[in-house]
Amino acid sequence: MIRLLSLFESSNFQWVFISTILLGMAAGMVGVMSNLRQQGLMSDAISHAALPGVILAFLLTGEKQLPVLIIGAGISGLIAAFFIYGIEQSTRIKRDAAMGIILSVFFGGGIMLLSIANRSGGGQSGLDSFIFGQAASMVRSDTYVMGGLALLVMLLIFVFFKQWKVVLFDPQHANMMGINAHLFSSLYTFLLVLVIVIVIQAVGVILMAALLIIPALSARYWTHSLLILFLLSGFFGGFAGAAGTLISSSESNLPTGPFIVVTSSGIFILSLFFGAEKGLFHLKRYINKTALQSDGTSGGDEK
Amino acid sequence: MSYTAWILLTGSLVGISCGLVGVLLILRKMAMMADAISHTVLLGIVSAYLISSSLDGGSMLIGAMLAGLLTAWLVQWFESTGIHSDAAIGVVFTTLFAIGVILISTSVGNVHLDVNHALMGEISFIPWNTVHLPVIGQIPQATLLLMIITIIVIAVIALFYKEWKVTTFDPALAASLGIPVLLMHYVFMTLVSVTTVAAFDAVGAIMVVAMLITPAAAANLWTDKLLTMLIISAVIGAASSCAGYGIAIWLNTSISGSMAFATGILFVFSYLFSPRHGQLAKWFHKPGEI
Repeated sequence: MIRLLSLFESSNFQWVFISTILLGMAAGMVGVMSNLRQQGLMSDAISHAALPGVILAFLLTGEKQLPVLIIGAGISGLIAAFFIYGIEQSTRIKRDAAMGIILSVFFGGGIMLLSIANRSGGGQSGLDSFIFGQAASMVRSDTYVMGGLALLVMLLIFVFFKQWKVVLFDPQHANMMGINAHLFSSLYTFLLVLVIVIVIQAVGVILMAALLIIPALSARYWTHSLLILFLLSGFFGGFAGAAGTLISSSESNLPTGPFIVVTSSGIFILSLFFGAEKGLFHLKRYINKTALQSDGTSGGDEK
Repeated sequence: MSYTAWILLTGSLVGISCGLVGVLLILRKMAMMADAISHTVLLGIVSAYLISSSLDGGSMLIGAMLAGLLTAWLVQWFESTGIHSDAAIGVVFTTLFAIGVILISTSVGNVHLDVNHALMGEISFIPWNTVHLPVIGQIPQATLLLMIITIIVIAVIALFYKEWKVTTFDPALAASLGIPVLLMHYVFMTLVSVTTVAAFDAVGAIMVVAMLITPAAAANLWTDKLLTMLIISAVIGAASSCAGYGIAIWLNTSISGSMAFATGILFVFSYLFSPRHGQLAKWFHKPGEI
């Protein structure tokens, strides 16, 4: 405990801690939307597909500044999303296969570029960390960029909450209500790509999907209200970010991303079994069941 | 055989075995299961190493097989509780992969197991790690493993060809014919896992995903017949490996990355020029004419 407290005295740890909480929250909230659209794995595809953009941005500008890399990742992620929808719509190939193609081909291209970048010199540790994530190495300026973008994502979700509600549940109705469903669909893809490219830096390409999918899925077991779903998923994401960072900082050389993921999987397991709305063993259903059984016996008497 | 020949042979074997399994994967709409299994295999390999404290092919294969089956079983179970398959796959593979990474960073230390290596593969080292066989002589270990796996894949698909066809296209009919659909599902998942782990050692996780999904999807654009699709997919897989090796030498870059990228080039070619479902064919024929 004292060791944990002493961690907070390190200013660098504070920045990492704040970043992972904000990133976890933003990812959890965007995850609610992608889960409702049943597109959880899009995040996995886009995060892999961001790699060539990151390396190209580095090769073209020669800089490893976070904003430059984020722009590169964002462009390549958007192109990937566009290709996935394109393949799905113009051929008989299903979306999951389209995701697999884009994910692996873009990532393969990224690895080719990475090995060219490594050869052309200059310390590349910053680029490798994009694949596995390196939350612990984040500094104050990174927090400003990532935290700022994470706050922007959350703000866009809450400002347009009413519109999102209609667009997510009933896109046809949205058009009748004068909401441009197409615009919001594009805004959603933009938010998805944005949150992915900022979170990659912290947890890496592979575990990225967990931060979007797991908190949102866990929240589903506790509520049916969309607003509470967003808040709860954001809370779970932020909590996992905080706990994962604390655990991984308690000893040296522990990776942050995997501990964030395992924490949120723990929340998911608890929710799956004990969630108040849909959990497998939740109290309400148990009471209902016993109530039904007693009804059944009284009903039997009437027969 | 020369160094280049061994690499081309190994790459082609990856292309063939993955290409065959991939056709069934995408027809069963389980493409992303390949992505999931190719990552969870890591946990299987780490666990096998922790238990047997050796890195021989046998224990790694068993570990990977068990990890693949665990993945398939967990995803199936989550789906049965009403979770959408996308989310179920996402939860399972990220969690198992995270546990694998944690195990590596805490207990295994810095032995041969390296996440970087596992993801990117190191096909260029393969020809150096050989075993001696009677009659054939020196043969790289990974290549031998891939040969065995390719034969197993061909045998399993050929022996139960009709069953695969029915369970893939019409599971309900298959069940009514008395074919054990669920058992076939797990046999198939085992097949995916062993193919993945054999290819994984050679070319890394991401390239396995590329080889499993992309050639099969491309073949799906060329034909409607299952047998033809299997053959085309295997050919595209092998061709991508060879083309990828050529690109890698030309640009002096990562071999497995280039092989994955080459599957994409062949896919784009199929996407544009396939006579049946290609885009050019669509532009030249008015809709309804086909």
